[in-house]
Amino acid sequence: MPESDTSLEAREVVTTRAPLIKLGQRVEDTWVLSRDTETLPDSRPAIVPLSLWQVRSDDAELAPWLPSDTELTPALAATLEQAALVAIDFPAFTDGRGYTLARLLRERFGYAGEIRAIGDVLIDQLYYMSRCGFDALALREDQDIEAALRALTAFSVSYQPAVDLHEPLFARRLREYRAG
Amino acid sequence: MYRYDAYDQTLVDERVNQFRDQMDRYLAGKLGEEEFRPVRLQNGLYIQRHAPMLRIAIPYGMLSSEQLRALAAITRRYDRGYGHFTTRQNLQLNWPALEDVPEILADLAKVQMHAIQTSGNCIRNTTSDQFAGIAKDEVVDPRPWCELIRQWSTLHPEFAYLPRKFKIAVTGATDDRAAIHVHDIGLRLWLDDAGELRVRVLAGGGMGRTPMIGEVVREDLPWQHLLTYLEAIVRVYNQFGRRDNKFKARIKILVKALGVEEFTRRVEAEWAHLKDGSQTLNEAAVEAARVHFPEPARRPVDEAAIAEYERLRQDNRAFARFVTNNVMDHKVPGYKAVTLSLKRREAAPGDITADQMDAVAELAERYGFGELRVTHEQNLVLSDVPVDEIETLWQKLDALGMANPTVGTLNDIICCPGGDFCSLANAVSIPIAQAIQERFEDLDYLYDLGPIDLNISGCMNACGHHHVGNIGILGVDKKGEEYYQISLGGNADDDVSLGKILGPSFYREDVPGVIDKVLQVYVEKRLDDERFLDTYRRVGHQAFKERVYA
Repeated sequence: MPESDTSLEAREVVTTRAPLIKLGQRVEDTWVLSRDTETLPDSRPAIVPLSLWQVRSDDAELAPWLPSDTELTPALAATLEQAALVAIDFPAFTDGRGYTLARLLRERFGYAGEIRAIGDVLIDQLYYMSRCGFDALALREDQDIEAALRALTAFSVSYQPAVDLHEPLFARRLREYRAG
Repeated sequence: MYRYDAYDQTLVDERVNQFRDQMDRYLAGKLGEEEFRPVRLQNGLYIQRHAPMLRIAIPYGMLSSEQLRALAAITRRYDRGYGHFTTRQNLQLNWPALEDVPEILADLAKVQMHAIQTSGNCIRNTTSDQFAGIAKDEVVDPRPWCELIRQWSTLHPEFAYLPRKFKIAVTGATDDRAAIHVHDIGLRLWLDDAGELRVRVLAGGGMGRTPMIGEVVREDLPWQHLLTYLEAIVRVYNQFGRRDNKFKARIKILVKALGVEEFTRRVEAEWAHLKDGSQTLNEAAVEAARVHFPEPARRPVDEAAIAEYERLRQDNRAFARFVTNNVMDHKVPGYKAVTLSLKRREAAPGDITADQMDAVAELAERYGFGELRVTHEQNLVLSDVPVDEIETLWQKLDALGMANPTVGTLNDIICCPGGDFCSLANAVSIPIAQAIQERFEDLDYLYDLGPIDLNISGCMNACGHHHVGNIGILGVDKKGEEYYQISLGGNADDDVSLGKILGPSFYREDVPGVIDKVLQVYVEKRLDDERFLDTYRRVGHQAFKERVYA
C-alpha cells in the first residue's frame, strides 16, 4: 500500500457537537459537524460540507451544511430535498444571509426537514432565526442555554409574516375588527 | 398621527424587556462587547466620544405634544436637559448613562416611542416630507404609507443583519422635500391617469464616502404591491450586497456593480415569487392606516382675518421677515405651517433644551392641534396655524429664541454633531457652523443671498448631508490634523445633484473666509434673482475655484 494513502487515512477529521435547541427544547444532538472540505469524518450521522455531501447524497447518515454565500438555485434545492437535515452556516453572527437562505428553503422550495443554524449562533439572534424557519439551533459552545430558551419567546407579536406566521399584523387586525 | 393599539404597545414593551435582559447580561460580563454592539445599536445606543449616545426614533418626523413633554422629562432625568434633532428626523441624547438606557426606553414606551432600528445594519426609521398632509403641492399623503413601511420594517426577522444600514424615504408631493434620490430606497407616490396610486421606486441612492443618485427600478408600481416589492429589493440586497468591505457594502455599490438593468432583473425575479403574497395590501388595510391621519378640526378663518394678517405683514418689518422665511403656505386658505428655527449661534444646529421642549409642547397644543413635525433641516414645524394667531405665535417663539427668520437661508445650516460628540468624526462641525453663522448674521445680506443650503459633516459618513448642500463642508483628517473640504453645487431636491469638490482643503479658521469668496462670486455673477445653485450651474465650477485659490 502506498504511504501517502496511509497518511491520509491516519489524519483524523475533527468533528464537533454543539448545545442544541430543537423545536424550542434542549435536546441531545445525535449528529456531529465536520468542516473538513476534503475528507468525510468517521462518526455518523454527520453534517458535512455541501460539496462532500453532493457526491454522497444517497447516504442517509450524511447531511449537508451550506455556506452563507450559497446561491440557492432550484436545482440545488431539489437535491437538498432528500437530506434529513440542512444546516446553514453563520460564519459571523452579523452575516445575515442565512436568514434569507432559510426562508427560501422553507417558503419557496417547501423543504420540510430540519433546518439547523450552525456556526456563530448566539442567543440574541435566535428569535429572528426561528421566525425564518430554523427549527434547530446549534449554539456556539459558550452560550447559556437557559438564556437562549428565554430569548426564543421574547416577543408575542410581530408585524410581518414569516415562516412561523402567514398573516401580517395588518391583516390580522382587519380580520379581528370584522369579527367584532 | 398614528396611535398604538395593544399590539404595537405589546411589541415595544417586549422590546424594552428584551433589551433590559441584554443590558443585564452585558453588564454582568456574559455578553461580549462585539456581540452586544449590534444589539445596542439596533436599540439606538452608540458608545461615543464622551458618553453613550441614544438616538430616539421619531417615525417620519411626527411628534405629539405629549411625546415632546416626555422627551423633555427624559432629558432632565437622564441627560443634561437638552436634545439634538438630527437630519433623519430623530432625536439624540448626548449624555445618557449606559445602565439607564433600558429605563429610558421604558419611559419612551409609555408615550408610544422607541429607539428601535435607529442605528445598525438594518432598515432605519423611514423619513418623509415635513409638510405631509398640508402641502399645496401634495398629490398623496405619504404618512399612511410610511406607517405601513414602519410596521413592515420593524423587527423584520430576515433583515436585521444586512450588509450595511438601509434608509427609506417617501414623498407624495410635486416638490421632493424628503431627498428621495439620495436614499437606499426612495419612493414617490403619484396618481396615474385613472387616478390610481402608483409608486416610483428608486434604489441605490446614498451619501457617505461614495455619493450616488438613486436609479429608477420601477416607475409605476401599483400600491397594492408596495410591501412585497420592498421585501424583494431588500432580499436581493441581503443576498448579494458586499460584506467584505464596509465602504462598499451599501446597496448603491451593488446597483452600480450590477448595473440598474441587472439589479432590476434580480428584484423582479425575486418579486415574481412574493407578488400577491399575504403582504399584498388592500383598500381596507390602507384605510386602516389612513384613519390615523385625519384632517384636524380646523375652525374657519374668514377673509377679514386673512386681510388683517396681510396688513400686519406690511406694517411690521420684523414680522414680515419671519413670515417670508419661516411660514409656509398651506393647502387650506387661512392656515399656514410655521417653522420653529433651531438654528441660533448660542447652540448647535438642531439642539433644543428641555424648557424649550415644554414650551413648544404648549404652543403645539395652543396653536397646532397638539402635533409637531421634525424636519430633516433640523427644525420643528407647527403644521396647522390659523393666520390670525401667527403674530402671537411669532412673539412667543421670539421669546423662546426660536423665531430666527433665517429658514432656508445660508444661516439655516444642516450640521452633524461632529467631533465634539461623535466618535466617528474626523473633525468638529458645530464650531464651523457657529463661525459661519457669526460671519453672516446680517439679515439683509442673508435675504439678498436668497435660498442657500449649507451642509456640514464631520466625516465621510455624511450625516450632515454635505454632498447635497449647495455649499457642502466636510471635515477631513490629515495626519491627525483637522481640515475642511468644500464642495459646491449639491442639491437634495428634484433636480438632484452631488456637490463637486472645490480643491485642496482648508484650515478651520479659513472656512468662513472661503465661504465669503464663494458668495462674492455668486453676487457678482448672478442674473436678476437667480438662486445660488442656478448661478453655479450656469457659470460653472472654475469661476469659484479661481477666486478661492487666487
